[in-house]
Amino acid sequence: MRATRRTWWRTGLGVVFTAFMLFPVYWMINVSFTRDQDMRKSPPYWFPVHGTLEGYRAVLEQQGPYLATSLVVGLGTVALTLVIAAPAAYSLAKLRPRGGGVLSFVLLIAQMIPGVIMAMGFYAIYLSTGVLNTVPGLIVADSTLAVPFAVLIFTAFMSGIPEELMQAARVDGAGAVRTFWSVVLPVSRNSVITVSLFAFLWAWSDFVFASTLDQGGGRQPITLGIYHYIGNNNQQWNAIMATAVVASIPATVLLVIAQRYVAAGVTAGAVKD
Amino acid sequence: MPVVVYLLAFYVYPLYRNVDLSLRNYTVRSFVQGDAPFTGFANYAKVFADATFGPALWHTIVFTVVSLAFQFSIGLALAVFFSRNFRLSTTLRALFLVPWLLPLIVSSSTWSWMLNSESGVVNAVLAALGIDPVNWLTSPDWSLWSVTIANIWIGIPFNLVVLYSGLQAIPSHIHEAAALDGASGWQRFWRVTFPLLRPVSAITLLLGLVYTLKVFDIIWIMTKGGPSDASTTLATWSYRLGFGNLLPSFGPGAAVGNLLIVIALVFGLVYIRAQRRQGAAA
Repeated sequence: MRATRRTWWRTGLGVVFTAFMLFPVYWMINVSFTRDQDMRKSPPYWFPVHGTLEGYRAVLEQQGPYLATSLVVGLGTVALTLVIAAPAAYSLAKLRPRGGGVLSFVLLIAQMIPGVIMAMGFYAIYLSTGVLNTVPGLIVADSTLAVPFAVLIFTAFMSGIPEELMQAARVDGAGAVRTFWSVVLPVSRNSVITVSLFAFLWAWSDFVFASTLDQGGGRQPITLGIYHYIGNNNQQWNAIMATAVVASIPATVLLVIAQRYVAAGVTAGAVKD
Repeated sequence: MPVVVYLLAFYVYPLYRNVDLSLRNYTVRSFVQGDAPFTGFANYAKVFADATFGPALWHTIVFTVVSLAFQFSIGLALAVFFSRNFRLSTTLRALFLVPWLLPLIVSSSTWSWMLNSESGVVNAVLAALGIDPVNWLTSPDWSLWSVTIANIWIGIPFNLVVLYSGLQAIPSHIHEAAALDGASGWQRFWRVTFPLLRPVSAITLLLGLVYTLKVFDIIWIMTKGGPSDASTTLATWSYRLGFGNLLPSFGPGAAVGNLLIVIALVFGLVYIRAQRRQGAAA
Protein backbone atom coordinates (compact mmCIF):
# COMPACT_ATOMS: atom_id res chain seq x y z
CA MET A 1 0.00 0.00 0.00
CA ARG A 2 2.70 2.41 1.04
CA ALA A 3 4.97 1.31 -1.77
CA THR A 4 2.29 1.96 -4.39
CA ARG A 5 1.65 5.45 -3.14
CA ARG A 6 5.34 6.17 -3.30
CA THR A 7 5.69 5.04 -6.91
CA TRP A 8 2.68 7.13 -7.95
CA TRP A 9 4.35 10.15 -6.46
CA ARG A 10 7.42 9.41 -8.56
CA THR A 11 5.36 8.92 -11.68
CA GLY A 12 3.71 12.29 -11.13
CA LEU A 13 7.04 14.03 -10.72
CA GLY A 14 8.43 12.18 -13.73
CA VAL A 15 5.54 13.39 -15.88
CA VAL A 16 6.17 16.97 -14.75
CA PHE A 17 9.89 16.74 -15.60
CA THR A 18 9.16 15.22 -18.97
CA ALA A 19 6.53 17.84 -19.78
CA PHE A 20 8.99 20.59 -18.88
CA MET A 21 11.71 19.00 -20.99
CA LEU A 22 9.47 18.48 -23.98
CA PHE A 23 7.88 21.92 -23.87
CA PRO A 24 9.93 23.21 -26.84
CA VAL A 25 8.71 20.24 -28.89
CA TYR A 26 5.13 20.99 -27.92
CA TRP A 27 5.66 24.63 -28.77
CA MET A 28 6.99 23.75 -32.21
CA ILE A 29 3.80 21.77 -32.87
CA ASN A 30 1.58 24.49 -31.41
CA VAL A 31 3.17 27.22 -33.53
CA SER A 32 2.94 25.06 -36.64
CA PHE A 33 -0.87 25.21 -36.30
CA THR A 34 -1.07 28.92 -35.40
CA ARG A 35 -2.68 31.36 -37.81
CA ASP A 36 -0.53 34.14 -39.24
CA GLN A 37 -2.55 36.87 -37.56
CA ASP A 38 -2.15 35.20 -34.14
CA MET A 39 1.61 34.78 -34.49
CA ARG A 40 2.45 38.12 -32.84
CA LYS A 41 -0.31 37.93 -30.26
CA SER A 42 0.76 38.62 -26.68
CA PRO A 43 0.28 36.55 -24.63
CA PRO A 44 0.28 33.74 -27.21
CA TYR A 45 -2.39 31.05 -27.46
CA TRP A 46 -1.18 28.15 -25.36
CA PHE A 47 -3.18 25.67 -27.42
CA PRO A 48 -3.92 25.75 -31.15
CA VAL A 49 -7.50 27.00 -30.55
CA HIS A 50 -7.84 28.54 -33.99
CA GLY A 51 -5.78 25.80 -35.58
CA THR A 52 -4.87 26.15 -39.23
CA LEU A 53 -3.20 23.91 -41.75
CA GLU A 54 -1.72 26.84 -43.71
CA GLY A 55 1.76 25.91 -42.52
CA TYR A 56 1.46 22.31 -43.61
CA ARG A 57 -0.01 23.38 -46.94
CA ALA A 58 3.11 25.49 -47.48
CA VAL A 59 5.27 22.45 -46.65
CA LEU A 60 3.47 20.31 -49.20
CA GLU A 61 3.79 22.98 -51.87
CA GLN A 62 7.37 24.06 -51.26
CA GLN A 63 9.34 21.43 -49.35
CA GLY A 64 8.62 18.25 -51.32
CA PRO A 65 11.85 18.26 -53.35
CA TYR A 66 13.92 18.97 -50.23
CA LEU A 67 12.35 16.06 -48.38
CA ALA A 68 12.92 13.75 -51.34
CA THR A 69 16.59 14.74 -51.52
CA SER A 70 17.02 14.11 -47.80
CA LEU A 71 15.47 10.68 -48.20
CA VAL A 72 17.85 9.80 -51.04
CA VAL A 73 20.86 11.15 -49.15
CA GLY A 74 19.82 9.29 -45.98
CA LEU A 75 19.33 5.95 -47.72
CA GLY A 76 22.50 6.39 -49.75
CA THR A 77 24.46 7.10 -46.58
CA VAL A 78 23.05 3.99 -44.90
CA ALA A 79 24.02 1.82 -47.89
CA LEU A 80 27.53 3.25 -48.15
CA THR A 81 28.08 3.01 -44.39
CA LEU A 82 27.02 -0.64 -44.25
CA VAL A 83 29.12 -1.59 -47.29
CA ILE A 84 32.23 0.00 -45.80
CA ALA A 85 31.77 -0.76 -42.12
CA ALA A 86 30.41 -4.31 -41.93
CA PRO A 87 33.24 -6.10 -43.80
CA ALA A 88 35.80 -3.94 -42.00
CA ALA A 89 34.36 -4.86 -38.61
CA TYR A 90 34.19 -8.52 -39.58
CA SER A 91 37.85 -8.61 -40.42
CA LEU A 92 38.74 -6.60 -37.29
CA ALA A 93 36.75 -8.89 -35.03
CA LYS A 94 37.39 -12.27 -36.57
CA LEU A 95 40.35 -12.23 -38.91
CA ARG A 96 42.43 -9.96 -36.65
CA PRO A 97 44.69 -8.33 -39.25
CA ARG A 98 47.98 -6.68 -38.34
CA GLY A 99 47.46 -3.06 -37.32
CA GLY A 100 43.90 -3.73 -36.21
CA GLY A 101 44.46 -2.02 -32.89
CA VAL A 102 45.82 1.08 -34.58
CA LEU A 103 42.81 1.13 -36.89
CA SER A 104 40.31 1.04 -34.02
CA PHE A 105 42.25 3.83 -32.37
CA VAL A 106 42.14 5.95 -35.53
CA LEU A 107 38.39 5.37 -35.81
CA LEU A 108 37.87 6.59 -32.27
CA ILE A 109 39.88 9.73 -33.00
CA ALA A 110 38.06 10.25 -36.29
CA GLN A 111 34.78 10.71 -34.42
CA MET A 112 36.23 13.70 -32.62
CA ILE A 113 37.12 15.82 -35.63
CA PRO A 114 34.83 18.85 -35.85
CA GLY A 115 32.50 18.78 -38.86
CA VAL A 116 33.43 22.32 -39.90
CA ILE A 117 37.00 21.18 -40.49
CA MET A 118 36.03 18.13 -42.52
CA ALA A 119 33.73 20.38 -44.54
CA MET A 120 36.56 22.71 -45.46
CA GLY A 121 38.79 19.84 -46.56
CA PHE A 122 35.97 18.27 -48.56
CA TYR A 123 35.16 21.62 -50.12
CA ALA A 124 38.69 21.97 -51.44
CA ILE A 125 38.66 18.43 -52.85
CA TYR A 126 35.14 18.61 -54.27
CA LEU A 127 35.81 21.91 -55.99
CA SER A 128 38.70 20.49 -57.96
CA THR A 129 37.02 17.16 -58.75
CA GLY A 130 33.65 18.64 -59.68
CA VAL A 131 31.48 16.81 -57.12
CA LEU A 132 30.58 20.01 -55.31
CA ASN A 133 26.81 20.50 -55.10
CA THR A 134 26.01 16.90 -56.04
CA VAL A 135 24.02 14.31 -54.12
CA PRO A 136 26.75 11.60 -54.29
CA GLY A 137 29.24 14.12 -52.88
CA LEU A 138 26.94 14.80 -49.97
CA ILE A 139 26.39 11.08 -49.37
CA VAL A 140 30.13 10.44 -49.17
CA ALA A 141 30.61 13.36 -46.75
CA ASP A 142 27.66 12.28 -44.58
CA SER A 143 28.97 8.72 -44.41
CA THR A 144 32.03 10.00 -42.58
CA LEU A 145 29.69 10.87 -39.71
CA ALA A 146 28.57 7.26 -39.35
CA VAL A 147 31.38 4.97 -40.51
CA PRO A 148 33.62 5.15 -37.39
CA PHE A 149 30.64 4.62 -35.10
CA ALA A 150 29.43 1.76 -37.32
CA VAL A 151 32.76 -0.05 -37.36
CA LEU A 152 33.05 0.22 -33.57
CA ILE A 153 29.50 -1.10 -33.00
CA PHE A 154 29.90 -3.95 -35.50
CA THR A 155 33.29 -4.95 -34.12
CA ALA A 156 31.95 -5.05 -30.58
CA PHE A 157 29.01 -7.17 -31.69
CA MET A 158 30.82 -9.50 -34.06
CA SER A 159 33.57 -10.36 -31.59
CA GLY A 160 30.75 -11.80 -29.47
CA ILE A 161 29.73 -14.30 -32.15
CA PRO A 162 30.81 -17.76 -30.95
CA GLU A 163 33.83 -19.19 -32.67
CA GLU A 164 32.05 -22.55 -33.09
CA LEU A 165 29.56 -20.99 -35.47
CA MET A 166 32.33 -19.80 -37.78
CA GLN A 167 34.14 -23.10 -37.52
CA ALA A 168 31.00 -24.99 -38.50
CA ALA A 169 30.75 -22.82 -41.60
CA ARG A 170 34.39 -23.47 -42.41
CA VAL A 171 33.95 -27.23 -42.03
CA ASP A 172 31.06 -26.99 -44.47
CA GLY A 173 33.53 -25.50 -46.94
CA ALA A 174 32.62 -21.81 -46.74
CA GLY A 175 35.39 -19.26 -47.31
CA ALA A 176 35.80 -16.02 -45.35
CA VAL A 177 33.49 -14.10 -47.71
CA ARG A 178 30.82 -16.79 -47.69
CA THR A 179 30.97 -17.07 -43.89
CA PHE A 180 30.56 -13.32 -43.60
CA TRP A 181 27.61 -13.21 -45.97
CA SER A 182 25.59 -16.21 -44.79
CA VAL A 183 26.57 -16.55 -41.13
CA VAL A 184 27.91 -13.32 -39.65
CA LEU A 185 25.56 -10.82 -41.27
CA PRO A 186 22.29 -12.62 -40.44
CA VAL A 187 23.40 -13.11 -36.84
CA SER A 188 24.36 -9.42 -36.55
CA ARG A 189 20.90 -8.24 -37.55
CA ASN A 190 20.41 -6.11 -34.43
CA SER A 191 23.62 -4.19 -34.87
CA VAL A 192 22.83 -3.69 -38.56
CA ILE A 193 19.52 -2.10 -37.53
CA THR A 194 21.18 0.14 -34.93
CA VAL A 195 23.82 1.32 -37.37
CA SER A 196 21.33 1.90 -40.19
CA LEU A 197 19.01 3.91 -37.96
CA PHE A 198 21.77 6.19 -36.75
CA ALA A 199 23.41 6.58 -40.15
CA PHE A 200 20.06 7.62 -41.60
CA LEU A 201 19.26 10.00 -38.78
CA TRP A 202 22.66 11.70 -38.91
CA ALA A 203 22.55 12.11 -42.68
CA TRP A 204 18.98 13.38 -42.48
CA SER A 205 19.91 15.91 -39.76
CA ASP A 206 23.20 17.05 -41.26
CA PHE A 207 23.48 20.79 -41.69
CA VAL A 208 27.23 21.48 -41.79
CA PHE A 209 28.01 19.42 -44.90
CA ALA A 210 24.79 20.43 -46.63
CA SER A 211 25.39 24.13 -46.11
CA THR A 212 28.97 23.99 -47.31
CA LEU A 213 29.13 21.26 -49.96
CA ASP A 214 25.63 21.65 -51.39
CA GLN A 215 24.83 25.34 -50.94
CA GLY A 216 24.70 25.93 -54.68
CA GLY A 217 23.22 22.56 -55.57
CA GLY A 218 20.01 22.06 -57.50
CA ARG A 219 18.90 19.32 -55.12
CA GLN A 220 19.17 20.33 -51.49
CA PRO A 221 18.20 18.47 -48.30
CA ILE A 222 15.47 19.51 -45.87
CA THR A 223 17.89 21.05 -43.38
CA LEU A 224 18.73 23.67 -46.01
CA GLY A 225 15.03 23.99 -46.80
CA ILE A 226 14.40 25.13 -43.23
CA TYR A 227 17.51 27.28 -43.19
CA HIS A 228 16.48 29.17 -46.33
CA TYR A 229 13.06 29.65 -44.78
CA ILE A 230 14.55 31.36 -41.72
CA GLY A 231 17.23 33.16 -43.73
CA ASN A 232 14.75 34.84 -46.07
CA ASN A 233 13.51 36.79 -43.08
CA ASN A 234 10.34 34.84 -43.45
CA GLN A 235 7.68 35.77 -40.93
CA GLN A 236 5.58 32.71 -41.68
CA TRP A 237 6.64 30.88 -38.56
CA ASN A 238 3.77 28.40 -38.87
CA ALA A 239 5.28 27.20 -42.17
CA ILE A 240 8.79 27.08 -40.68
CA MET A 241 7.61 25.11 -37.65
CA ALA A 242 5.47 22.84 -39.81
CA THR A 243 8.57 22.01 -41.84
CA ALA A 244 10.42 21.40 -38.59
CA VAL A 245 7.68 19.01 -37.45
CA VAL A 246 7.87 17.11 -40.75
CA ALA A 247 11.68 17.02 -40.52
CA SER A 248 11.35 15.45 -37.06
CA ILE A 249 9.32 12.49 -38.31
CA PRO A 250 12.31 10.17 -38.84
CA ALA A 251 13.52 10.82 -35.29
CA THR A 252 10.07 10.10 -33.89
CA VAL A 253 9.58 6.94 -35.94
CA LEU A 254 12.98 5.78 -34.80
CA LEU A 255 12.11 6.35 -31.17
CA VAL A 256 8.76 4.59 -31.42
CA ILE A 257 9.75 1.48 -33.34
CA ALA A 258 13.33 1.08 -32.25
CA GLN A 259 13.65 2.51 -28.77
CA ARG A 260 15.94 -0.17 -27.40
CA TYR A 261 18.31 0.18 -30.35
CA VAL A 262 18.47 3.92 -29.76
CA ALA A 263 19.45 3.62 -26.12
CA ALA A 264 21.99 0.97 -27.13
CA GLY A 265 23.45 3.32 -29.70
CA VAL A 266 23.76 6.25 -27.31
CA THR A 267 25.63 4.26 -24.71
CA ALA A 268 27.68 2.15 -27.12
CA GLY A 269 30.08 4.97 -27.83
CA ALA A 270 30.63 5.83 -24.22
CA VAL A 271 30.43 2.76 -22.02
CA LYS A 272 32.17 -0.47 -22.75
CA ASP A 273 30.10 -3.51 -21.94
CA MET B 1 41.23 -3.60 -46.71
CA PRO B 2 38.67 -1.24 -48.17
CA VAL B 3 38.15 0.60 -44.89
CA VAL B 4 41.77 1.70 -44.88
CA VAL B 5 41.36 3.10 -48.38
CA TYR B 6 38.15 4.77 -47.26
CA LEU B 7 39.82 6.33 -44.23
CA LEU B 8 42.72 7.56 -46.33
CA ALA B 9 40.45 9.00 -48.99
CA PHE B 10 37.74 10.53 -46.84
CA TYR B 11 39.45 11.41 -43.57
CA VAL B 12 43.16 11.74 -44.06
CA TYR B 13 42.97 13.45 -47.44
CA PRO B 14 40.44 16.12 -46.38
CA LEU B 15 42.45 16.74 -43.23
CA TYR B 16 45.61 16.99 -45.28
CA ARG B 17 43.91 19.47 -47.63
CA ASN B 18 42.80 21.39 -44.58
CA VAL B 19 46.34 21.66 -43.20
CA ASP B 20 47.50 22.60 -46.69
CA LEU B 21 44.83 25.31 -46.86
CA SER B 22 46.00 26.76 -43.58
CA LEU B 23 49.61 27.06 -44.79
CA ARG B 24 48.95 28.85 -48.06
CA ASN B 25 47.64 32.18 -49.14
CA TYR B 26 44.50 31.20 -51.02
CA THR B 27 42.28 33.49 -52.98
CA VAL B 28 39.22 32.46 -54.96
CA ARG B 29 41.28 32.34 -58.14
CA SER B 30 44.22 30.38 -56.78
CA PHE B 31 41.74 28.10 -55.04
CA VAL B 32 40.44 26.94 -58.41
CA GLN B 33 43.83 26.84 -60.10
CA GLY B 34 45.61 25.31 -57.13
CA ASP B 35 48.74 27.47 -57.34
CA ALA B 36 48.46 29.40 -54.07
CA PRO B 37 51.82 30.48 -52.68
CA PHE B 38 53.11 28.68 -49.62
CA THR B 39 53.19 31.10 -46.71
CA GLY B 40 54.07 28.91 -43.77
CA PHE B 41 52.42 29.93 -40.55
CA ALA B 42 51.33 33.37 -41.77
CA ASN B 43 47.65 32.39 -41.52
CA TYR B 44 48.12 31.29 -37.93
CA ALA B 45 49.90 34.53 -37.06
CA LYS B 46 47.03 36.43 -38.67
CA VAL B 47 44.47 34.47 -36.66
CA PHE B 48 46.26 34.99 -33.35
CA ALA B 49 46.58 38.71 -34.04
CA ASP B 50 42.92 39.03 -35.01
CA ALA B 51 40.70 40.98 -32.62
CA THR B 52 38.15 38.15 -32.79
CA PHE B 53 40.56 35.51 -31.50
CA GLY B 54 40.48 36.42 -27.80
CA PRO B 55 36.69 36.73 -27.51
CA ALA B 56 36.08 33.61 -29.64
CA LEU B 57 38.38 31.55 -27.42
CA TRP B 58 36.74 32.95 -24.27
CA HIS B 59 33.23 32.26 -25.61
CA THR B 60 34.25 28.72 -26.49
CA ILE B 61 35.45 28.16 -22.93
CA VAL B 62 32.35 29.71 -21.32
CA PHE B 63 29.97 27.88 -23.68
CA THR B 64 31.69 24.54 -23.08
CA VAL B 65 32.16 24.77 -19.32
CA VAL B 66 28.65 26.10 -18.55
CA SER B 67 27.01 23.61 -20.93
CA LEU B 68 28.88 20.68 -19.41
CA ALA B 69 28.22 21.72 -15.83
CA PHE B 70 24.45 21.93 -16.33
CA GLN B 71 24.07 19.00 -18.73
CA PHE B 72 25.97 16.78 -16.37
CA SER B 73 24.33 17.78 -13.10
CA ILE B 74 20.79 17.78 -14.52
CA GLY B 75 21.51 14.52 -16.36
CA LEU B 76 22.86 12.93 -13.18
CA ALA B 77 19.92 14.10 -11.07
CA LEU B 78 17.50 12.67 -13.62
CA ALA B 79 19.46 9.43 -13.89
CA VAL B 80 19.21 8.97 -10.12
CA PHE B 81 15.52 9.84 -10.27
CA PHE B 82 14.86 7.28 -13.01
CA SER B 83 17.07 4.60 -11.46
CA ARG B 84 14.15 3.59 -9.22
CA ASN B 85 11.62 1.81 -11.33
CA PHE B 86 8.15 3.26 -11.22
CA ARG B 87 5.10 3.20 -13.38
CA LEU B 88 5.76 4.73 -16.82
CA SER B 89 9.45 5.22 -16.00
CA THR B 90 10.63 3.47 -19.18
CA THR B 91 8.28 5.46 -21.40
CA LEU B 92 9.20 8.78 -19.80
CA ARG B 93 12.89 8.01 -20.06
CA ALA B 94 12.44 7.27 -23.76
CA LEU B 95 10.63 10.59 -24.25
CA PHE B 96 13.63 12.34 -22.73
CA LEU B 97 15.63 11.20 -25.75
CA VAL B 98 13.58 13.35 -28.13
CA PRO B 99 15.69 16.55 -27.86
CA TRP B 100 18.81 14.58 -28.63
CA LEU B 101 17.31 12.89 -31.70
CA LEU B 102 15.77 15.95 -33.34
CA PRO B 103 17.77 17.47 -36.18
CA LEU B 104 19.74 20.42 -34.79
CA ILE B 105 18.15 22.77 -37.27
CA VAL B 106 14.74 21.83 -35.88
CA SER B 107 15.65 22.42 -32.23
CA SER B 108 17.66 25.55 -33.01
CA SER B 109 14.91 27.20 -35.03
CA THR B 110 12.32 26.27 -32.38
CA TRP B 111 14.47 27.89 -29.70
CA SER B 112 14.97 30.93 -31.95
CA TRP B 113 11.25 31.49 -32.10
CA MET B 114 10.70 30.75 -28.41
CA LEU B 115 13.37 33.33 -27.53
CA ASN B 116 12.11 35.94 -30.00
CA SER B 117 12.08 39.34 -28.28
CA GLU B 118 8.53 40.46 -29.17
CA SER B 119 6.60 37.27 -29.83
CA GLY B 120 8.58 34.59 -28.05
CA VAL B 121 6.89 32.41 -25.46
CA VAL B 122 9.77 32.81 -23.01
CA ASN B 123 9.30 36.56 -22.79
CA ALA B 124 5.53 36.00 -22.54
CA VAL B 125 6.10 33.84 -19.47
CA LEU B 126 8.49 36.43 -18.02
CA ALA B 127 5.89 39.14 -18.61
CA ALA B 128 3.30 37.04 -16.77
CA LEU B 129 5.74 36.88 -13.85
CA GLY B 130 6.23 40.64 -14.00
CA ILE B 131 9.77 40.49 -15.40
CA ASP B 132 10.87 42.82 -18.20
CA PRO B 133 11.40 41.20 -21.60
CA VAL B 134 14.93 40.15 -22.47
CA ASN B 135 16.45 40.51 -25.94
CA TRP B 136 17.72 36.95 -25.86
CA LEU B 137 19.16 36.74 -29.32
CA THR B 138 19.74 40.36 -30.26
CA SER B 139 21.50 41.68 -27.17
CA PRO B 140 25.26 41.11 -26.92
CA ASP B 141 24.83 40.50 -23.18
CA TRP B 142 22.44 37.62 -23.66
CA SER B 143 23.11 35.86 -26.97
CA LEU B 144 25.87 33.61 -25.61
CA TRP B 145 23.61 32.54 -22.72
CA SER B 146 20.74 31.84 -25.11
CA VAL B 147 22.73 29.46 -27.28
CA THR B 148 24.17 27.85 -24.14
CA ILE B 149 20.66 27.20 -22.79
CA ALA B 150 19.61 25.58 -26.06
CA ASN B 151 22.77 23.48 -26.06
CA ILE B 152 22.18 22.33 -22.47
CA TRP B 153 18.67 21.25 -23.44
CA ILE B 154 20.02 19.21 -26.33
CA GLY B 155 22.77 17.62 -24.23
CA ILE B 156 20.75 16.48 -21.21
CA PRO B 157 19.45 13.25 -22.81
CA PHE B 158 22.93 12.00 -23.63
CA ASN B 159 24.10 12.56 -20.06
CA LEU B 160 20.94 10.99 -18.67
CA VAL B 161 21.21 7.82 -20.75
CA VAL B 162 24.90 7.22 -20.20
CA LEU B 163 24.80 7.96 -16.46
CA TYR B 164 21.65 5.85 -16.10
CA SER B 165 23.38 2.85 -17.62
CA GLY B 166 26.34 3.56 -15.33
CA LEU B 167 24.01 3.51 -12.31
CA GLN B 168 22.44 0.24 -13.45
CA ALA B 169 25.88 -1.34 -13.45
CA ILE B 170 26.34 -0.68 -9.71
CA PRO B 171 25.26 -3.82 -7.87
CA SER B 172 22.23 -3.17 -5.66
CA HIS B 173 23.64 -5.13 -2.71
CA ILE B 174 26.17 -2.35 -2.16
CA HIS B 175 23.30 0.06 -1.55
CA GLU B 176 21.55 -2.42 0.69
CA ALA B 177 24.71 -2.87 2.74
CA ALA B 178 25.11 0.88 3.13
CA ALA B 179 21.44 1.22 4.09
CA LEU B 180 21.88 -1.50 6.73
CA ASP B 181 24.82 0.43 8.11
CA GLY B 182 22.41 3.30 8.66
CA ALA B 183 23.45 5.60 5.80
CA SER B 184 20.78 8.08 4.75
CA GLY B 185 19.74 8.47 1.14
CA TRP B 186 21.85 11.59 0.73
CA GLN B 187 24.90 9.96 2.32
CA ARG B 188 24.47 6.84 0.19
CA PHE B 189 24.55 8.98 -2.93
CA TRP B 190 27.64 11.02 -2.07
CA ARG B 191 29.64 8.32 -0.26
CA VAL B 192 28.71 5.25 -2.30
CA THR B 193 27.04 5.96 -5.63
CA PHE B 194 29.03 8.99 -6.71
CA PRO B 195 32.50 7.49 -6.14
CA LEU B 196 31.47 4.25 -7.85
CA LEU B 197 30.14 6.25 -10.78
CA ARG B 198 33.36 8.20 -11.20
CA PRO B 199 34.74 6.32 -14.24
CA VAL B 200 31.47 6.66 -16.13
CA SER B 201 31.19 10.32 -15.10
CA ALA B 202 34.69 11.02 -16.36
CA ILE B 203 33.92 9.48 -19.73
CA THR B 204 30.59 11.29 -20.01
CA LEU B 205 32.24 14.62 -19.29
CA LEU B 206 35.13 14.04 -21.65
CA LEU B 207 32.87 12.98 -24.51
CA GLY B 208 30.60 15.92 -23.75
CA LEU B 209 33.61 18.20 -23.89
CA VAL B 210 34.75 16.92 -27.26
CA TYR B 211 31.20 17.20 -28.63
CA THR B 212 30.60 20.68 -27.20
CA LEU B 213 33.82 22.05 -28.66
CA LYS B 214 32.49 21.01 -32.08
CA VAL B 215 29.09 22.66 -31.68
CA PHE B 216 28.43 24.83 -34.66
CA ASP B 217 24.89 24.31 -35.96
CA ILE B 218 23.05 25.62 -32.90
CA ILE B 219 25.01 28.85 -32.64
CA TRP B 220 25.08 29.51 -36.36
CA ILE B 221 21.35 28.96 -36.81
CA MET B 222 20.29 30.92 -33.72
CA THR B 223 22.62 33.94 -33.80
CA LYS B 224 25.22 33.47 -36.59
CA GLY B 225 27.71 34.17 -33.78
CA GLY B 226 26.31 37.68 -33.32
CA PRO B 227 25.40 40.28 -32.47
CA SER B 228 28.87 41.69 -33.18
CA ASP B 229 30.61 38.40 -32.35
CA ALA B 230 29.04 38.20 -28.87
CA SER B 231 28.35 34.46 -29.33
CA THR B 232 31.16 33.60 -31.76
CA THR B 233 33.11 30.49 -30.80
CA LEU B 234 36.13 29.00 -32.55
CA ALA B 235 33.88 26.65 -34.55
CA THR B 236 31.54 29.35 -35.85
CA TRP B 237 34.43 31.70 -36.48
CA SER B 238 36.19 29.09 -38.57
CA TYR B 239 33.01 28.53 -40.59
CA ARG B 240 32.45 32.24 -41.07
CA LEU B 241 36.00 32.80 -42.30
CA GLY B 242 35.72 29.91 -44.73
CA PHE B 243 32.14 30.08 -45.92
CA GLY B 244 30.33 33.01 -44.36
CA ASN B 245 31.49 35.87 -46.56
CA LEU B 246 31.27 36.60 -50.23
CA LEU B 247 35.06 36.60 -50.35
CA PRO B 248 36.07 33.46 -48.47
CA SER B 249 39.36 33.38 -46.62
CA PHE B 250 39.95 29.65 -46.49
CA GLY B 251 43.48 29.97 -45.18
CA PRO B 252 42.66 31.61 -41.83
CA GLY B 253 39.43 29.59 -41.58
CA ALA B 254 41.36 26.35 -41.89
CA ALA B 255 43.93 27.65 -39.41
CA VAL B 256 41.23 28.26 -36.77
CA GLY B 257 39.77 24.83 -37.54
CA ASN B 258 43.12 23.17 -37.00
CA LEU B 259 43.55 24.89 -33.65
CA LEU B 260 40.16 23.46 -32.70
CA ILE B 261 41.26 19.99 -33.81
CA VAL B 262 44.36 20.20 -31.63
CA ILE B 263 42.27 21.16 -28.58
CA ALA B 264 39.72 18.39 -29.28
CA LEU B 265 42.45 15.81 -29.83
CA VAL B 266 44.20 16.61 -26.56
CA PHE B 267 40.99 15.87 -24.68
CA GLY B 268 40.23 12.96 -27.02
CA LEU B 269 43.51 11.33 -26.06
CA VAL B 270 42.75 11.88 -22.37
CA TYR B 271 39.41 10.15 -22.99
CA ILE B 272 41.00 7.17 -24.69
CA ARG B 273 43.56 6.81 -21.91
CA ALA B 274 40.81 6.95 -19.32
CA GLN B 275 38.82 4.32 -21.18
CA ARG B 276 41.86 2.07 -21.54
CA ARG B 277 42.51 2.32 -17.82
CA GLN B 278 38.90 1.56 -17.06
CA GLY B 279 39.04 -1.42 -19.44
CA ALA B 280 42.16 -2.68 -17.69
CA ALA B 281 40.55 -2.31 -14.27
CA ALA B 282 37.33 -4.09 -15.24
